[in-house]
Amino acid sequence: MSATLPPIAATTRRGIDVLEALRGALSALSANLLRSILTALGIFIGVAAVIATVAVGEGARRQVLAQIQSLGANLLIVWGGSATMGGVRLGAGGRSNLSWDDAAAIAREIPEVQVAAGSIRQTFQVVAGNQNWSTTVLATEPDYFIAHEWVADSGRLFSPEEAASGRKVVILGATVAEMLFAEEDPVGREIRIRQTPFEVIGVMARKGQNPMGQDQDDTVFVPYWTARRSVMGASRANARQVGVISVKVHEGEDMAAAEDAIRALMRQRHRVAANESDSVSIRNLSDIQATRDASARTLSALLASVAAVSLLVGGIGVMNIMLVSVTERTREIGLRLAIGARRRDVLAQFLLEAVMLAQLGGAAGVLAGMALSHILADVAGWPVLVRADAVLIAVGVSALTGLFFGFWPARRAAHLDPITALRHE
Amino acid sequence: MTGLIETSGLTKHYPAGDGVVAALQDVSLSIAPGRFVAAMGPSGSGKSTFLNLIGCLDRATRGSYRLMGEEVDALSHDRLADLRSRRLGFVFQSFNLLPRADALANVELPLIYRGMPRRQRRERAAAALAAVGLVDRMHHRPTQLSGGQQQRVAIARAVVGSPDLILADEPTGALDTRTGLSIMALFQALNRDGVGILMVTHDADVARFAERVLRFRDGRLITDETQNAADAAAALAALPEADAAA
Repeated sequence: MSATLPPIAATTRRGIDVLEALRGALSALSANLLRSILTALGIFIGVAAVIATVAVGEGARRQVLAQIQSLGANLLIVWGGSATMGGVRLGAGGRSNLSWDDAAAIAREIPEVQVAAGSIRQTFQVVAGNQNWSTTVLATEPDYFIAHEWVADSGRLFSPEEAASGRKVVILGATVAEMLFAEEDPVGREIRIRQTPFEVIGVMARKGQNPMGQDQDDTVFVPYWTARRSVMGASRANARQVGVISVKVHEGEDMAAAEDAIRALMRQRHRVAANESDSVSIRNLSDIQATRDASARTLSALLASVAAVSLLVGGIGVMNIMLVSVTERTREIGLRLAIGARRRDVLAQFLLEAVMLAQLGGAAGVLAGMALSHILADVAGWPVLVRADAVLIAVGVSALTGLFFGFWPARRAAHLDPITALRHE
Repeated sequence: MTGLIETSGLTKHYPAGDGVVAALQDVSLSIAPGRFVAAMGPSGSGKSTFLNLIGCLDRATRGSYRLMGEEVDALSHDRLADLRSRRLGFVFQSFNLLPRADALANVELPLIYRGMPRRQRRERAAAALAAVGLVDRMHHRPTQLSGGQQQRVAIARAVVGSPDLILADEPTGALDTRTGLSIMALFQALNRDGVGILMVTHDADVARFAERVLRFRDGRLITDETQNAADAAAALAALPEADAAA
């Protein structure tokens, strides 16, 4: 019997290789499979909750953002102020004191403004062939489409000449086109508004709901002067009246400054005395966005703190089980030290086990969180968006949790005295 | 020439209660490479403390210890681990095999800490297992092996790194006579191939297979004798064939 093996080359490098360490950690964790799973559960729940809530929150935020952007960027809406008639204040938009000329003045005199378009709306029953539909007729000028960043899906928009000449042309919103013409192409066809025939020259691209939940596509557009002459029956008193003015501010200009300039101009044009309040109110749609963003951020902070607590509890669970594991495997540690493991090898071994434990929980949590997001999306009908950075952060944080809470048990293992460890029962 | 082991005035004190216990006092000796040495003595005689010091698992309170010319007391934890890994192999009374790993993986373990590539490691561990007669037990777990087989796995683990010295702490203490003899025969075979052995035992029946016997009492080395070692293989053959083989 010969037991001598060839000597090991002196050049053989010292130190344990990564793959071997991973294999060792995995086999140690699978040796106590149920215990490992239960320990990872704390991390799992925390990570899954973070992924799902962030996904739902982000989906909701994107939806709001899309709605607001659908209205047009850099958009200010000027509403008529509360006109006072015989001592009765009529409330915002009650009876507009805005005129076609106010819109022209805003476009002309305020340098920040790109376009300003007055519009007035009224509900009518519109008829095409044997179909009819009650919808909003919006009388405006071509600049309205620039302000609201709205284009025709088929056909064309009306030209400034058509607007000025009072030609009887109409552009249909997508919903109206569907209701009156179903699958057919409405362009070139005729519809009647209050018995007046209009030629359909285009159909607008679909915009969907605005942030207030109204269908923006349930509208037809006619040139302002056409409407005033033919359908809206202008009286002498309000012949040039508009309901609102849509103002698009030049890209990069200060919205607040433009708002102030418009307010000042309107005070001057409406001859408002210094001690009276403004004659108009202005809505900046980015304000709505900012408010919603702020509440979304508050919610995110709340979720983050819940996740932090969950990960803390999970981390303490990891530490607890690692301490148990070190105690159980005292003899193994003593043996490893005796046969040539350095302290750092033992430290690395137990750290790796802790990180792997936390990571298994984290990875399973990511998958469960993504699945949960999609289930929520289906059930609640919310849009969801699993954010890559949330996934990365969740995985990173669970790894750090393992590292942080695994360090103390691992250090205890590495500093065991091999002699007493080998005698441990 | 330089001995494998050279100690002078080696002393170990442990704190105990108010004072200290002198576990080992003033041991000076030299052991040449490739010898089979037994350290004997009753419990508390200092033989295990001596083994731990020689095994670089503990540091002396006083005195010096040189392993193959290298002063051990001055070394860092990492250097000591390195010495254990390259120069020494351990065999314990209770085997200390990893219960979850099969025989091959247990034997591979020391090589993992030397960073040997997996394939080379497995080949070498298989060769070591073949050398202790367990070629057909490589994928058995410790619980599937008899005590004698477990100790053979432990011996394979001790020799797999080509050590200069095997340190054995009561290697036959948990085994029956026949199995113990077979382990002694294995030690003598390894020793003939040039591996030094330092074996701690309280059993004179086991110590007779060594060629030199150190006797300890109350922490002191009291006798140091060379003897004609008995042949373990012959003793095994002389046993009546009655019971089942180990």
